[in-house]
Amino acid sequence: MANIIMFCILAVIIIGSAIVCVFTKRIMRAATFLLFVLFGVAGVYFLLDYTFLGTAQIAIYAGGLTMLYIFAIQLVSKRTLQGLQERQRGKTVVAGALVALLGLVTVGLVLLKNEFIDMSASMVDAEVPMSVIGEKLVGAGKYQYVLPFEFISVFLLACIIGGIMIARKEDKK
Amino acid sequence: MIPVELLLGLSTVLFFIGFFGFVTRRNLIAMLISIELVLNSVDINFAVFNRILHPGELEGFYFSLFSIGINAAETAVAIAIILNVYRRFHSDQVNSIENMKL
Amino acid sequence: MEYNFVFLILLLPALSFLVLGLAGMKMPHKVAGAIGTVVLGTIFCLSIYTAYEYFIGQGRGADGLYPHVTAFNLTWLKFSELLTFNLGFRLSPISVMMLVVITTVSLMVHIYSFGYMHGEKGFQRYYAYLSLFTMSMLGLVVATNIFQMYLFWELVGVSSYLLIGFYYPQGAAVAASKKAFIVTRFADLFFLIGILIYSFYVGTFNYDLHAMPTLHEQVAGAAVMLPVALFFMFIGGAGKSAMFPLHIWLPDAMEGPTPVSALIHAATMVVAGVFLVASLFPIFVEFAPEQLHWIAYIAAFTAFYAAAVACVQSDIKRVLAFSTISQIGFMLVALGVCLPDPHTGAVAMTEEYADVQGLGYMAGMFHLFTHAMFKACLFLGAGCIIHAVHSNEKEYMGGLRKYMPITHITFLISCLAIAGIPPFSGFFSKDEILVACYNFSPVMGAVMSGIAMMTAFYMFRLYYVIFWGKSYYETHINEGAHKPHEAPLTMTFPLIFLSIITITCGFLPFGELISANGIGFHTHINWTVAGTSVALAIIGIVAATLMYKNEETPVADKLAKTFPTLHRAAYKRFYMDEVWQYVTHRIIFRLISKPIAWFDRHVIDGTFDFLAWGSNEAGESIRPWQSGDVRHYAIWFLSGAVALTLVLLYML
Repeated sequence: MANIIMFCILAVIIIGSAIVCVFTKRIMRAATFLLFVLFGVAGVYFLLDYTFLGTAQIAIYAGGLTMLYIFAIQLVSKRTLQGLQERQRGKTVVAGALVALLGLVTVGLVLLKNEFIDMSASMVDAEVPMSVIGEKLVGAGKYQYVLPFEFISVFLLACIIGGIMIARKEDKK
Repeated sequence: MIPVELLLGLSTVLFFIGFFGFVTRRNLIAMLISIELVLNSVDINFAVFNRILHPGELEGFYFSLFSIGINAAETAVAIAIILNVYRRFHSDQVNSIENMKL
Repeated sequence: MEYNFVFLILLLPALSFLVLGLAGMKMPHKVAGAIGTVVLGTIFCLSIYTAYEYFIGQGRGADGLYPHVTAFNLTWLKFSELLTFNLGFRLSPISVMMLVVITTVSLMVHIYSFGYMHGEKGFQRYYAYLSLFTMSMLGLVVATNIFQMYLFWELVGVSSYLLIGFYYPQGAAVAASKKAFIVTRFADLFFLIGILIYSFYVGTFNYDLHAMPTLHEQVAGAAVMLPVALFFMFIGGAGKSAMFPLHIWLPDAMEGPTPVSALIHAATMVVAGVFLVASLFPIFVEFAPEQLHWIAYIAAFTAFYAAAVACVQSDIKRVLAFSTISQIGFMLVALGVCLPDPHTGAVAMTEEYADVQGLGYMAGMFHLFTHAMFKACLFLGAGCIIHAVHSNEKEYMGGLRKYMPITHITFLISCLAIAGIPPFSGFFSKDEILVACYNFSPVMGAVMSGIAMMTAFYMFRLYYVIFWGKSYYETHINEGAHKPHEAPLTMTFPLIFLSIITITCGFLPFGELISANGIGFHTHINWTVAGTSVALAIIGIVAATLMYKNEETPVADKLAKTFPTLHRAAYKRFYMDEVWQYVTHRIIFRLISKPIAWFDRHVIDGTFDFLAWGSNEAGESIRPWQSGDVRHYAIWFLSGAVALTLVLLYML
């Protein structure tokens, strides 16, 4: 019961922050509310007893990416320091809202119609041990993930280099 | 115990809020933020499905984990591109990059 | 006897054409001419040798016939066991005879052209075309099947087109070559249709139906369509052989160099139709005797018409052209008056058949042979005259006998031959034709005798106009007319050679070599018919002598004045060209071609234009969809995904 109350609070935070994030006209404020959403999602992970995932979420998203956004916003436009005013075209808003609502209804229908929700009534309420996560992450056996892990590390390296290449100032010839 | 419908409903709502943001915002960075919302909702879904359908396994867990990592990389590159666009066009509006279309 | 060498007869002129056509312009005139002439001389010798081996060396087979030898036969396309496109070399009595005719005349023309075309621009091109023509004509006569014949038939048409249009800077030559090509091509369409019908119903392209007994039954099954097919093929032959009303191209074809007229439009190509009918003769006799007689009627009318026109033409080559049409009419009449054997309804294998019902076949072939020689001689003589006086018109002729004795004598010999005066060759062949006609019906015989008289009249009119009468040179000497002179040896030698053949070849035992059923028979002269025709010919000659021999021609002028309409109509060839002009321009072009062109332009083109326009418009109108705005794409993408999901949920 406490879990449900906790979840409701988190859900309100997430959805409220997301709505503000999307509707605010100030880009800086949007970034800030994104941070709240990310914290909320991390909270959901904690509720699911995926502590490690929640931690990673906070560390990478909240700690890393939000900083990146804020720096980018500040670098891109001096005006955005004061908050960027956007004009929004009514037609696109209406179309987007319509399609989003339609999609929401559709997915809701899918959720209600499917039975896999029922067969998962008994959810094991147990923390995944840290050592298991660690072993699986660097193990090479079945259901172990050293290969994606390595792949992602190389991928991140490539992204770092690519990011630098793209963003650096061109040499003056 | 949290009902699964609520968890999935949350991720769905988050997804469509993100989508709505993506199609309405004109600022490149705001669009990127909306994409982050969408990706987060998907991550929640992975975790939830893992928890519901295969409690003993950790596929969804790791998928979410890697997804978080890749999101980070993607965002970094996207921001690098946005910075470049800004430098070149002196605007961070999406419709400023129109001379690539026919 | 193995005829291993005969492929050279086709290959050498083809090579000569390639060499002269590709490298000729780099050669001096003499080298190019020498190459062409030497090649022709070689194949002339080969042909004579082939003929000797075929008729004498090899002799008749056990069944008393000259065997049809297929020297080689390449299967090119195979539709079924019997229906194949073959390319080969077939020796039969008539094809061997044609080999001799073609190579003889062609060699003479090659030699003659040395003098006639001397210094002409495009001399090498001329020899290249001559080689091409000779090759195609030889291929036509040695064809093993109708389809190969058709191939070479078209090649002959092309080379004729090229040679008629040789003087292409002159508009008249271009127009004449186009006219010749279009008219013959139009007729060839019927030939092709005929071939297709024939091969569809009979299942083969071969001539020898009797060689294949199973096929013979199939032919009997196609008894309804076979005459149609054969008559269509004859229409193709009529186009090449200038039968009325498809004759209109031949007089105009005289725009080509005169030796070409001698080779193509007198001796070889124009007899292709005769050769075609002769090749299909057994089938005609057995399955389409009616159509064979139609051919006779058409040919008789053509012979009369052409003879009438020839009496009043002023251009000497035109006279010869109409004379050629008339004489080809004689040949086809001879073929057309052949009858099937009354007992078997087909070609009977008896000597009596060859001598009576099938006499026309031998007579037609004989006339083809003799006519080729003396008509070539006449044309080449006309070439010498044109060379000397630089004009085709009879006003510039007259009194040339003093200046050009050799031409005069050879021309006279040929005129006597064509008029049918013994002992020149024309007498023998024409006599056989007339006998065959009288066998068929007395009316036909009388008509043809009358046309023979007209022949004698117009030929001697031509002769007197050229060699006697008022000399243009003498009357216009003060105005700078230059003196006519005898042609050089290269030009007179072919004349002498051909006139010797003309004198002697009448004594060939032609019936022993070629006859309707292949069985040799002894030809004999029917003195009743021969006496009448000689008498008529002499009447014609005398009439011509009285009218045209003297310096003044009061009788002829008076006749022309008395019947101005008739004279003018005959001079204008009875307005046949105008009729064609009217039919094609006013009727075919206006009523058929124009609606078709309109349909093509508006409906067919319109359809495709509409498709193109529609695609273009559709592209233009959906171009804004590709806004380049990623948010629109996202909206559409999600809409699609949602729609798909709903479909999957509720429809499936």
